[in-house]
Amino acid sequence: MSTVSLVLRAGVRDLLRSRWLLAYGAGFWAVTEALFLFGGSGQQVVLSLLNAMLLLVPLVALVFGTAHVHASREFTELLLSQPLSRRSVFFGLYLGMALPLTGAFLVGVGVPLLLHGAATDAPRLALGLLAASGALLTLTFAAIAMVIALGVDDRLRAMARALAAWFALTVAYDGIVLAVVSAFGDWPIERPMLAAMLGNPIDLARLLVLTSLDATALLGYTGALFRQVFGTALGPVIAITALLLWAVLPVFVARRSFLRRDF
Amino acid sequence: MSGRAWCGVGLVAVAAIALSAPLGAQRIVVRPGSAVPTLAVALEQAVPGATIVVTAGTYKGPTITVTVPRLTILGEGWPTFDGEGERELLVIRADSVTVRGLTFSNTGVSQMQDRAALRVIESRGCLIDGNRFRDALFAVYLQRSTGCEVRGNDIRAAGREETRNGNGVHLWYSPDSRVIDNTIRGQRDGIYFEFSDGSLARGNVSEGNRRYGLHFMFSDSCRYERNRFKGNGAGVAVMYSKHIVMDGNGFLDATGSGAYGLLLKEITDGVLVRNHFEGNSVGLLMEGASRLEIRDNDFRRNGWAVRLMADAEDSHFTGNIFAGNAFDVATNSRTLRSDFTGNWWDAYRGYDLDRDGSGDVPFRPVRFFALVVERHPEALMMLRSPVTSLLDIAERVFPVLTPALADPRPLMRTPR
Repeated sequence: MSTVSLVLRAGVRDLLRSRWLLAYGAGFWAVTEALFLFGGSGQQVVLSLLNAMLLLVPLVALVFGTAHVHASREFTELLLSQPLSRRSVFFGLYLGMALPLTGAFLVGVGVPLLLHGAATDAPRLALGLLAASGALLTLTFAAIAMVIALGVDDRLRAMARALAAWFALTVAYDGIVLAVVSAFGDWPIERPMLAAMLGNPIDLARLLVLTSLDATALLGYTGALFRQVFGTALGPVIAITALLLWAVLPVFVARRSFLRRDF
Repeated sequence: MSGRAWCGVGLVAVAAIALSAPLGAQRIVVRPGSAVPTLAVALEQAVPGATIVVTAGTYKGPTITVTVPRLTILGEGWPTFDGEGERELLVIRADSVTVRGLTFSNTGVSQMQDRAALRVIESRGCLIDGNRFRDALFAVYLQRSTGCEVRGNDIRAAGREETRNGNGVHLWYSPDSRVIDNTIRGQRDGIYFEFSDGSLARGNVSEGNRRYGLHFMFSDSCRYERNRFKGNGAGVAVMYSKHIVMDGNGFLDATGSGAYGLLLKEITDGVLVRNHFEGNSVGLLMEGASRLEIRDNDFRRNGWAVRLMADAEDSHFTGNIFAGNAFDVATNSRTLRSDFTGNWWDAYRGYDLDRDGSGDVPFRPVRFFALVVERHPEALMMLRSPVTSLLDIAERVFPVLTPALADPRPLMRTPR
């Protein structure tokens, strides 16, 4: 376990020196601050922040994560030449990357929240869920970045794949779901729709925050099943469980490929 | 008019005052255990114009019918008429009767009749003022009565399901009525107008009723002003009427798949001004509504601010505020025959180079995504997904699918 924490600490120290990470945290800080100052009503602030979070968090985690794994390649090889367990080295590497990213996000969003939170009429629950789902998304996409970086040695290619993954999950996935809905709208597609939402962590995070806002009423418009799932406590519980699963599963995939990989 | 005639008028007036004073002074006090223990006994003695004072206590017994005109029935210390879950309480079949300061409770539920705590039948000019109604199936029921006023009553029911619940203030074939400053909670419909032309509803609070806050059918030339309708099961429905004025009302928190802040169905030549629509699944739904003037209203934080069905024609939207709605305008048709001019839209991103206060680029309030949702409600799951914004942008660049509907002069600043 101490190996994990050692590698983790090394990774964190390395990252804290990186200007990118600081820029990321500061960027979120600036966005949140600006929204609180000029964003209108509290609800509006949450919605704008949600849009920014859903686009930026996966993008930064993927791009930054991929770049970081490649950048610390030599360090990793050096570590692996030592009598250390691969598992510990992996978790040290992963957490050393994912935790600073999560931290930067939470500081960037959290500090303005603490400063202005009392003054706005923004719903507390929604803000809390937004911060929590942002943190979970960071963990998820950092792990996906590791899978990508471990699979492709070429830096440029890995970066292209990371961007492709981002595009696929943020835009293409929803586009396909929409297309399917338009094509098969006459069939009872509520259940497949719900399943599709569970299959994409970004959609899960979006619905989780939206349902904690007044938009629940709006979603309730769509039919009995959605009301049943998202109008009650059951919806958030399912969404949070699925998000947690999404945060853990890619880590295990990444671990597997790390353990099997020939460095 | 000659001096002699003036004298004649004066004499008649003096005579009228002299005659009416002793009659009007008849005052009967109802007190449990006294010579006049019930209102029914008092009514046997009463002459037209009498005042009956009902003192505190609980009064049970059969339904009481008032047939003496110009009576004033006055409660002191909130006497309670208790229906013991079995009957109507007071029926008025006389003109110009005033009922004030009474508590009516517990009519029970009937599937056979529209049981009302206080029913006015075929009378003119009654005044139902400042009473309390508790757990009545129907609280005040005006039936074929003209020119009555229902004012300042406090009506509360337990909010039973629709089929075992009645309306707060129910007007049936009762023209020229006035329903003013009442508070109504937990009934089926808060206020119900049917075949009651020329009536007025003002300053009422109708909240948490199972079906509609206000339900309005076949009643032409009515006004309703400064009422507040909040959290009613299906919102407010105004149907099959002409020349209606709706001014300064609040339509709030009507949520669900069949709920509308305000549903206008087959309404023509009406005016909707200074109303506030907030937190509804659908703020304003117009179905077969035509020639309406919709001006200076606020639409805030609704799912849909306005849904216009294809058969809504010739309505004009001006000076309205659209802010924080998921969809500003939705429609099921590509051709719309209503127009929007000079409204304020929070989604407007245009500019005003000539500084005349309105944007130089028209605003198209119907989002492409709104059209998709209109056809496939399930697509609402994609609300605020980046993909929907992309679709909207694409549609803005190549408008092929959304209706030609546009506000040619969107306001640059909020009008209020």
